[in-house]
Amino acid sequence: MIGDVLTVAWKEWRELFQLGGSHRGGRFSLVLLIGVFGVFLPLQSGAEWVQSPATVFYWGWVPLMLVGSAVADSFAGERERHTLETLLASRLPDRAILLGKMLAAVAYGWGLVIVMLALSLLTVNIAARSGAWLMFPWRFAVGAPLLALLGAGLAATAGVLVSLRAPTVRQAAQTLNVGILLLMFVPALGIQVLPESWKAQMGAWTLAIGIDGLLWVAAGLLALVDLSLLAAAFARFRRARLVLD
Amino acid sequence: MSAPAIIRTEGLTRTFGSVRAVDGLDLEIPSGTVFGFLGPNGAGKTTTIRLLLGLLEPTGGRATVLGFDTRADGGSIREQSGALLEHHGLYERLSAEDNLTFYARVWRIGGEARAARIRALLQPLGLWERRGEPVGRWSRGMKQKLAVARALLHKPSLLFLDEPTAGLDPVAAATLRDELGTLVQREGVTVFLTTHNLVEAERLCSRVAVIKQGRLLAVGHPDELKASRATRAEITGRGFNEAMLALLRGRPGVVRAQLQNGRIVLELAESAETAPLVGLIVQSGGLVEEVRKDKGSLEDVFLTLMEEEP
Ligand SMILES: Nc1ncnc2c1ncn2[C@@H]1O[C@H](COP(=O)(O)OP(=O)(O)OP(=O)(O)O)[C@@H](O)[C@H]1O
Ligand SMILES: [Mg+2]
Repeated sequence: MIGDVLTVAWKEWRELFQLGGSHRGGRFSLVLLIGVFGVFLPLQSGAEWVQSPATVFYWGWVPLMLVGSAVADSFAGERERHTLETLLASRLPDRAILLGKMLAAVAYGWGLVIVMLALSLLTVNIAARSGAWLMFPWRFAVGAPLLALLGAGLAATAGVLVSLRAPTVRQAAQTLNVGILLLMFVPALGIQVLPESWKAQMGAWTLAIGIDGLLWVAAGLLALVDLSLLAAAFARFRRARLVLD
Repeated sequence: MSAPAIIRTEGLTRTFGSVRAVDGLDLEIPSGTVFGFLGPNGAGKTTTIRLLLGLLEPTGGRATVLGFDTRADGGSIREQSGALLEHHGLYERLSAEDNLTFYARVWRIGGEARAARIRALLQPLGLWERRGEPVGRWSRGMKQKLAVARALLHKPSLLFLDEPTAGLDPVAAATLRDELGTLVQREGVTVFLTTHNLVEAERLCSRVAVIKQGRLLAVGHPDELKASRATRAEITGRGFNEAMLALLRGRPGVVRAQLQNGRIVLELAESAETAPLVGLIVQSGGLVEEVRKDKGSLEDVFLTLMEEEP
């Protein structure tokens, strides 16, 4: 089973990193993204980049777009390019196909986040030119990759669900992008419109559990959502339905 | 020699809304057969393959393939089958080699065995030199050959081919046919093949079935099917005349008798024998040089079947 998952992921990666073709635009935005998070933003914030406690939460969002664009292609792309039925006619079990596609997307998004984190650390240190090497506090060094992984999992599971049903890659990508934007703005705007008393309550509560507590709560919630979406994807994967769509 | 049935369907039915794509199909296909499934567009050929692979649920009846029920055990059927479906299913961004490597890994063929098998399949097809190119740049025929290679990778015991030679030039199609023929003999593969090409069916298949609108019209060896239809006999010689034709027409089993370019052309019912007819011509003063009996092609059978049935 694990072998089958890796086989599917291997193929997805092969396709993702194939030179030329339709992915040139994608590669440019990738370089741009790495530049923004690995160089530009760290330069702007300087030492704050490694020291500010709140930045750890951004890293849950960064992989969303990356994973989303990769996973939109997973089933919708195979359907569009008429490779899905042959894949379904192979001996691969349902779960291996699903997990392999998700694994490829998660590894891709999460791997890039790790690259960005490392690059940003390098940028900050080069810019600071202080004798001592600036390092992320442990909370960040553990929290950021963890949140990024769970964020990637969220995008991958939600993305596979959308891609299973979408007739074209374009439609899958659009649906996902709208979803991701909502996920980014709704909480931010939502907090603004909450009654003052609630905000005060939440502030007090945050203070009480501290940044570390908040980190674990966020990670726990994300993990829960990831697992529910995964279960939904397993339940929705039906060869017969996929063949007919 | 009665081989056990590798595919057996009983009243297999699949409807889409009001369309009966496959309608009460009863088939029994012995192991080692190359089975040709013929029918016009929309007859239900592709749907049947999907049902047999357990990719679609039947709405009625049942099918067992390789001893497994398609409804309950599709996974076991797919494990031992190879398929070239309606679309070639190749990843066009990937190279030919990557395409085969992927499916070899899917079928757990590892390491050196994988490399050797890929080479053994690609070389005779003339694709080995170009294995590094993205498949998207290949011609349709090259893709089709690659897809056949992919279906054979894991030496399946049952092979489904949905119009395998569609889009191939006559030479490539003939090569592929030969290779399929050899393979069947060498590896004992059972082949379930759909085609519109009746010459192909006649050359390759030891059994054919004709379906239309999901219903089975005829099954049997191509020769049996042809034998059930009128036979043509062409008699070459000298001294033929209208009087002989009138005599011939009076004989039982002669459906039609005509003179064409100095030859006598007879259309005979199934059971009619030619020897007494030749005797008749000779007695009436005709000189017979050659008698050619032609069962008519499978195409004739097919076209008559299509005309007869509503
Ligand atoms: N997913 C589907 N939804 C609705 N109808 C379908 C579907 N698939 C097939 N059909 C119908 O079932 C019938 C048989 O289709 P099928 O594809 O099996 O024919 P075929 O014999 O393979 O034809 P062709 O020679 O053109 O490939 C057709 O009338 C077709 O419209
Ligand atoms: Mg078809």
